[in-house]
Amino acid sequence: MSKRSYALLAVLVITGVVLAACGPAASTFECTDALGCVDIAPGEPIHIAYAMVISGPDETLGIDSRTGVEVAIALKGQVLGHDVQLTGEDDGCSAEGGQAAGTKLAADPSVVAVIGTSCSSAARVAVPLLSQAGFVIISASNTAPDLTREGDPNQHPGYLRTAHNDEIQGAAAAQFAFEKMGVTKAATIHDGSLYAESLQAVFAKTFTELGGEITTQEAVDPNATDFKSVLTSIAAGEPEFIYHPIFVKAGSLIINQAKQVPGLEEVFLMGADGMFSPDVVEGAGDAVEGAFVSSPDLAAFSADYQTTFLPKYKELAGVDEPVSIFHAHAFDAANMIFAAIEKVAVQDEDGTLHIPRQALRDAMYATKDYPGLTGSLTCTPTGDCADPKIAVYEYHAGQYPPERIWP
Amino acid sequence: MLRTWRQRITATDVVIWTIGLAIAVMVVYGSAKTLALGKYDLVTWIDLSITGLALGGVYALIALGYTLVYGILRMINFAHSEVFMSGPFTAAFAADALIALGWWNKYPLLSFLIVLAISAGISTLIAILLERIAYRPLRGAPRLVPLITAIGASFFLQYTFRGLYGSGLKGYPEMDIFKGFFMLGGIRVFKTQATAIIGAVVLMLILYAIVQRTKMGRAMRSVSEDKEAAALMGIDVDKVIATTFAIGGAAAGLAGILYLLLFPVAHFYMGFFPGLKAFTAAVLGGIGNVPGAFLGAMVLGLLESVGPSLFLDGLGIPAAYQLKDAIAFTILVFILIFRPTGILGERLTQAKA
Repeated sequence: MSKRSYALLAVLVITGVVLAACGPAASTFECTDALGCVDIAPGEPIHIAYAMVISGPDETLGIDSRTGVEVAIALKGQVLGHDVQLTGEDDGCSAEGGQAAGTKLAADPSVVAVIGTSCSSAARVAVPLLSQAGFVIISASNTAPDLTREGDPNQHPGYLRTAHNDEIQGAAAAQFAFEKMGVTKAATIHDGSLYAESLQAVFAKTFTELGGEITTQEAVDPNATDFKSVLTSIAAGEPEFIYHPIFVKAGSLIINQAKQVPGLEEVFLMGADGMFSPDVVEGAGDAVEGAFVSSPDLAAFSADYQTTFLPKYKELAGVDEPVSIFHAHAFDAANMIFAAIEKVAVQDEDGTLHIPRQALRDAMYATKDYPGLTGSLTCTPTGDCADPKIAVYEYHAGQYPPERIWP
Repeated sequence: MLRTWRQRITATDVVIWTIGLAIAVMVVYGSAKTLALGKYDLVTWIDLSITGLALGGVYALIALGYTLVYGILRMINFAHSEVFMSGPFTAAFAADALIALGWWNKYPLLSFLIVLAISAGISTLIAILLERIAYRPLRGAPRLVPLITAIGASFFLQYTFRGLYGSGLKGYPEMDIFKGFFMLGGIRVFKTQATAIIGAVVLMLILYAIVQRTKMGRAMRSVSEDKEAAALMGIDVDKVIATTFAIGGAAAGLAGILYLLLFPVAHFYMGFFPGLKAFTAAVLGGIGNVPGAFLGAMVLGLLESVGPSLFLDGLGIPAAYQLKDAIAFTILVFILIFRPTGILGERLTQAKA
């Protein structure tokens, strides 16, 4: 190559650099946000990510919520003239899965907000990573109390949830057991997960306060299949009621095996919203008859749930019935994000969108009386946005969904 | 005399013996306290033991596959847990078909045999394919190579079946003849548990007879002693190895149905933990040794079922059952400290040394 072509190349490179540098300077927007801004060029989509459990035995929980988000996107169409792009990672419903999903998503600066995680144990690990990255994180199904407890090491800035706090669900279950079923001796089983452990703790506390007696508080391995031994040991305390707020796989095996343990033939079994799934009917077989499960009260949802949401859900998922119960919460979570973006985003004349991250978080926390499917949502300063109404449902063999019996 | 003793005992020995003694003291003390507390009566202990034996029977049949393959190839077939999963997972769908035909409760014995045959057939097929495709080309390779291949094959099979049947749970329907229980001198025995225990014992006897008494069994034992010499004696080594995998696969498939009787839920990940336990059982009993696998599995099943209540309740440890695997593996360590070859491993070591 001759000297002249070098010179030409140099001129070209310099021009390129200068032009590139001039590019953003042409914009009138200057980002002053403490956490920086996401810039979205005209025609580019707004990137929302999910971190939910979409494989393995607990997948219905995450797939159901993801469909809720997809319905929200489909019904919303565009946000400020931009499409919404949804990508995601599997949170595995475990701390390890949360670590992987959190690390991967935090590395992507185009993400504006993350909807997730599905499980509280994944949240414990993923939320700090995502919070550090400056995202808004909003979960549709994390219910462990400490995630939004003021000053708790597990509470992080930018984290909110549309799911009810377990303080409410566990207490409702205890009331149901003591007041409706009239039992005075109960045992609890958890699987070591943050979700189950805190639910049973709240249940035990409330049940004792109401005047009941807790005979045993056992823990099991979520991957175990043989629960006869632990149930036999629980039977020694002669409980009338067993509260096992765990997940589908172990939960359905416990329902299946409890009836075969001497002393537990007549015992009432109750799970929580993590066990609201057709897989429970499949896994527990005939033994599922009469098992209780608490869940957000689907009957208390707004009228739009039946008329607008469900038809779209069934169309997108290709199913007859929702496969779990947090789809409406996920739908509300997605819509709250859209509303907040519309509130804080700055748009250039050419359509370029700037979303300041801290302002977006502030707008999320400032949500007040938001008319969602799950009720009127108002966020606390630590991120509890739910309008919690809990109902108890009863499973019947071969039937899904279960029948609503209380209140 | 004293000096030679001192020279022979190293610091490592002392540490290991201390750990062993600590475990022993804890077990004895915990058990004594639990029994003194009297929280559980005799019937409860027997109930727990029956559960443990039923579980042990299933482990034993799976462990057989590990132990036979190890005996012949000196290799741990880590994909065996997926061989175990493939049969019953398929059979659960076959059961649905039999229900649709109306045969399930009308011809229960025939249906049960069909389900058993399908499960054993699929597992055998998978085991043979595994040997042919994943292990035979690597026969001369260093020992770590087939081990890694086994782990890879395990993942491959898991996710193949996940793709085939989905990642959800598949319920295995209960048959009317297996519902309920009968009383045996005041002890309640569930028909499923009785079937699992008796089935496992009968199958183990049949398989042991195959290994000990048939011509193929003799060929298997001679290949296990010395492959080259066996080949020189006119034994078709490839065929013997394939048969070994087939027998292990069939046992795993049958074990799978017994497992579904006890825990009627199939899913693509169902093989992992039973496989791990069965492997442990095989090591506990002395790997490479068929009666050892049976004994090890029964001990492990009992430990898992009775152990947490017996050892830990007395020590006042809350939620003891979460620690049942820890107990099982601690006891494994304990036994291996004092008997590094496993419970029945001695004969094998001498023969192979």
